[in-house]
Amino acid sequence: MAKEGLGLEITELRLGLPGGGTEKNEKKRVFSEISEEEENEKSNGPPELQSKSQVVGWPPVCSYRKKNSFGDKDGSKTSKFYVKVSMDGAPFLRKINLALHKGYSDLVKALEKLFGEALRDAESCEFVPIYEDKDGDWMLAGDVPWEMFIESCKRLRIMKKADAKGFGVLQSRVALNGTLKE
Amino acid sequence: MNYFPDEVLEHVFDFITSHKDRNSVSLVCKSWYKIERYSRQRVFIGNCYSISPERLIARFPGLKSLTLKGKPHFADFNLVPHDWGGFVYPWIEALAKSRIGLEELRLKRMVVSDESLELLSKSFVNFKSLVLVSCEGFTTDGLAAIAANCRFLRELDLQENEVDDHRGHWLSCFPESCTSLISLNFACLRGEVNLGALERLVSRSPNLKSLRLNRAVPLDTLQKLLMRAPQLVDLGIGSYVHDPFSEAYNKLKIAIQRCKSIRSLSGFLEVALHCMSAIYPICGNLTFLNLSYAPGLHGNKLMKLIQHCRKLQRLWILDCIGDKGLGVVALTCKELQELRVFPSDPFEAGNAAVTEEGLVLVSAGCPKLNSLLYFCQQMTNAALITVAKNCPNFIRFRLCILDPIKPDPVTNQPLDEGFGAIVQSCKGLKRLSLSGLLTDQVFLYIGMYAEQLEMLSIAFAADSDKGMLYVLNGCKKLRKLEIRDCPFGDAALLEDVGKYETMRSLWMSSCEVTLGGCKSVAEKMPSLNVEIIDESEQMEFNLDDKQKVDKMYLYRTLVGHRKDAPEYVWIL
Repeated sequence: MAKEGLGLEITELRLGLPGGGTEKNEKKRVFSEISEEEENEKSNGPPELQSKSQVVGWPPVCSYRKKNSFGDKDGSKTSKFYVKVSMDGAPFLRKINLALHKGYSDLVKALEKLFGEALRDAESCEFVPIYEDKDGDWMLAGDVPWEMFIESCKRLRIMKKADAKGFGVLQSRVALNGTLKE
Repeated sequence: MNYFPDEVLEHVFDFITSHKDRNSVSLVCKSWYKIERYSRQRVFIGNCYSISPERLIARFPGLKSLTLKGKPHFADFNLVPHDWGGFVYPWIEALAKSRIGLEELRLKRMVVSDESLELLSKSFVNFKSLVLVSCEGFTTDGLAAIAANCRFLRELDLQENEVDDHRGHWLSCFPESCTSLISLNFACLRGEVNLGALERLVSRSPNLKSLRLNRAVPLDTLQKLLMRAPQLVDLGIGSYVHDPFSEAYNKLKIAIQRCKSIRSLSGFLEVALHCMSAIYPICGNLTFLNLSYAPGLHGNKLMKLIQHCRKLQRLWILDCIGDKGLGVVALTCKELQELRVFPSDPFEAGNAAVTEEGLVLVSAGCPKLNSLLYFCQQMTNAALITVAKNCPNFIRFRLCILDPIKPDPVTNQPLDEGFGAIVQSCKGLKRLSLSGLLTDQVFLYIGMYAEQLEMLSIAFAADSDKGMLYVLNGCKKLRKLEIRDCPFGDAALLEDVGKYETMRSLWMSSCEVTLGGCKSVAEKMPSLNVEIIDESEQMEFNLDDKQKVDKMYLYRTLVGHRKDAPEYVWIL
């Protein structure tokens, strides 16, 4: 079951709208490239079902069963995926439970919620989501399948793109591509 | 006309036990109605709002056993708000005031408060059996009342309930004088139990045949319990985690070997894989194996376990068994009648480990298969056609493809032909759940061939009203129809409103029916309650007949509108 990497270019955070437009209608989606790629990967269905895992009441498993029989393979899946998230320029770090999210686009939405203020306040900056993996390397988020990402991510950082070159992120992404497993 | 004295008829009726038959008997003539109603001991009420407790009591003064069901089926999947209804208290209150000598109460999808349990425990001297399935609203305090007050309790069976666990002392509430237990199932409780009290209880219950433990019962205790109850027929293991070199494990091996009567095994809520061999000695006699709450049991160890279970008739398993594992089932379990494969990961559709291949293998290897619940990643028409040919005896066929509108991945066609083959071949089919990409065509087949169909569940299917019309016109024995996210509108809903009186209920959510359409049904059919469930504010402010209704639940009733509906339920 080969799962491809998402083949991303460097993802970008876009600025929020200047001034007070209502957020509901025209919320700029950050990490938009991740989201689009992921949706194209899923089988073609009506737009309402783009993220099928989020349909209420589907799959039809009773709630007792949902609470009691899943993700306990190692006894650890449901609980231990809290990672710190830092954002350049934001005064506080946050913590996020990766296990609660179903994929990169879901994660992105959560990050936008966490750092919404700071993202909007940042002046003409672009951001890059990176994470520190088990080996201590800083990797660009989005290359590997989600499950693999959860297992290996130790902490997240939303870094200014301007700082990226100094960090050697591009090089490590190239290295990652070479060692991509299924 | 009676040629026999009443006593003779009554004696004859004693042999008629099925609810359907008893109901038929009561319709023959006034005299039979009278004799039947006085001799009736067991009553089944599939929808607690179809009748009132007062009328039940008035008609069946000899009632001993009552089964009640509350919320509609889709409540299991969070489609019905929590406080929608289904309260048991009024029933217990009414029965308590009457002279009914209730002995058995079986509830499904009802709201059961501690108050109700306490009242129940104090009101019926001969109360023997309490079975709660998928209920909520009670805590272990309510269980303590049952334990303490029901002196002749034989059965306390809790299945998949949401129980607020106040931890532990309820088991100690069984008095020393209580020695009548036959069945005790508390697997769904999450809290600690008093292990000493449990051991003593089992020791003084010589008739105990069924014991299902929760995950707080360690292996050490399990071994002691088995030593005291080698007569067990049904065992639910809580925690199965231990050191294979420990004394406890050795003792367990011995204890299990003494349990020659175990035919049904479940649980393994926590499991250490390297110790399954202790279980092998009882596998050969098992007829029911439920490993659907044991995600820790997978791979080769799971295969080895199943290979010992040659007499299995019912198997409930997680999809981590894989197609390969189902192949092992097909080779080993030649007596298999019922298979349920549940998803081990509900969130990621792509990770399901079984496909059409596993199902085909089982259908080929297990010709007695008649009941299926199968969550899978994909299904093909070819596979369904093969399954239909291999197993024409299906009574229940429930297929759930994790991506609800997925077509046949090989041909990219809808699954109409596959399901069509199922309904055409399985002439005794009573229950069907569909999924995958489906057009109106599949419903044409269902209407044409599914003559015995009683319950149909549809989601994300069909192209037009025709789909629903085919079903309503064709399935004469239909009792329950539940539909979500289908393009069925008022035209289909209103075509034959009289049909709904022949059914228990109809559920439609996220379809195209409008408020006006629902009102129309309610107007034409006063014998139906038509409920609109809408938690958003739109019903409050915008009562336009043309607006689409989010959730509609209608059911036949003899007692009109219920008085306990919450504010977001409108009964038209």
